[in-house]
Amino acid sequence: MSWSEFISMGGYGFYVWMSFGMTALLIIAEIIYTKRQRKHILRRLQRMAKLNTEGKQ
Amino acid sequence: MSINWFKYSSPQTFYPLAGKMTPWFNWTAGILAVIGLYWGFFETPHILSEQKQYYRILFVHVPAAWMSMWLYLMMVGWAVVGLVFNTRLSFMMAASIAPSGAIMTFLTLWTGAFWGQTSWGTWWDWDPRMTSELILLFLYVGYMALQSAIDDTRRADRASALLALVGAICIPIIYWSVNCPDPNECTALHQQSSMSAVEPNIRIAWLIMVFSFWMYAFAIAFMRVRNIILERERNSVWVAELAENEK
Repeated sequence: MSWSEFISMGGYGFYVWMSFGMTALLIIAEIIYTKRQRKHILRRLQRMAKLNTEGKQ
Repeated sequence: MSINWFKYSSPQTFYPLAGKMTPWFNWTAGILAVIGLYWGFFETPHILSEQKQYYRILFVHVPAAWMSMWLYLMMVGWAVVGLVFNTRLSFMMAASIAPSGAIMTFLTLWTGAFWGQTSWGTWWDWDPRMTSELILLFLYVGYMALQSAIDDTRRADRASALLALVGAICIPIIYWSVNCPDPNECTALHQQSSMSAVEPNIRIAWLIMVFSFWMYAFAIAFMRVRNIILERERNSVWVAELAENEK
């Protein structure tokens, strides 16, 4: 099977790759979003802690 | 044998455990996906001739569809445990599963539409299976919307748990919408699902992909539940210390 044959999927390339593409896209996006959310939460917690200690001084 | 199951029902004990398990599930999911995709694309050409290559859509459609239903049952399971035992972590697990379930349901509908266009000549039809799957998507979205609409976390948890529980009726409807005993009683566009009738190489690729998606569902649920724990326990000392050490 050649590369172009593989991509064309017997003429159904559009349908096959739209399905696999969307699946890959959403899973990658979900992972990236969750990791960024974690960083975001931690940064906010650190800012809050800083504000608290500054307030006490 | 006595295991103290409630030990891990504390968010503080579960947080590091979830963190340790996440990479294992992620790696297992990744390796299984590589094997499953290889099998689906390169061990099946002799079965899937030129005209039937769109069949490969099913290597993502089937796992996504199974996960969309399975994750809903998991979500309801945790929600019920939360309602009965009043454990905070159970509600957090339910909330953590919902977005993944919604994504899986969307992918089921999306890949199903591309399958439908090639196989039946239509992107969409109000067939029982597709309609009930669409309702499942609305249930996930409704659960998340209700959760975020109520400010009081405890109330939000209980209300959305109840919604999830009532909506669970959708799962057997989806399941039996094509697998009813008498096909004349529920005519559907969607094919009947029968694992045993499928060619062994295709079945292997399917099953490996299902396990890959399942392992991924564990990984992302654990990643997300850690975020939820940090968010909800932000006023506790251990979270403050943890944030300090993450600098």
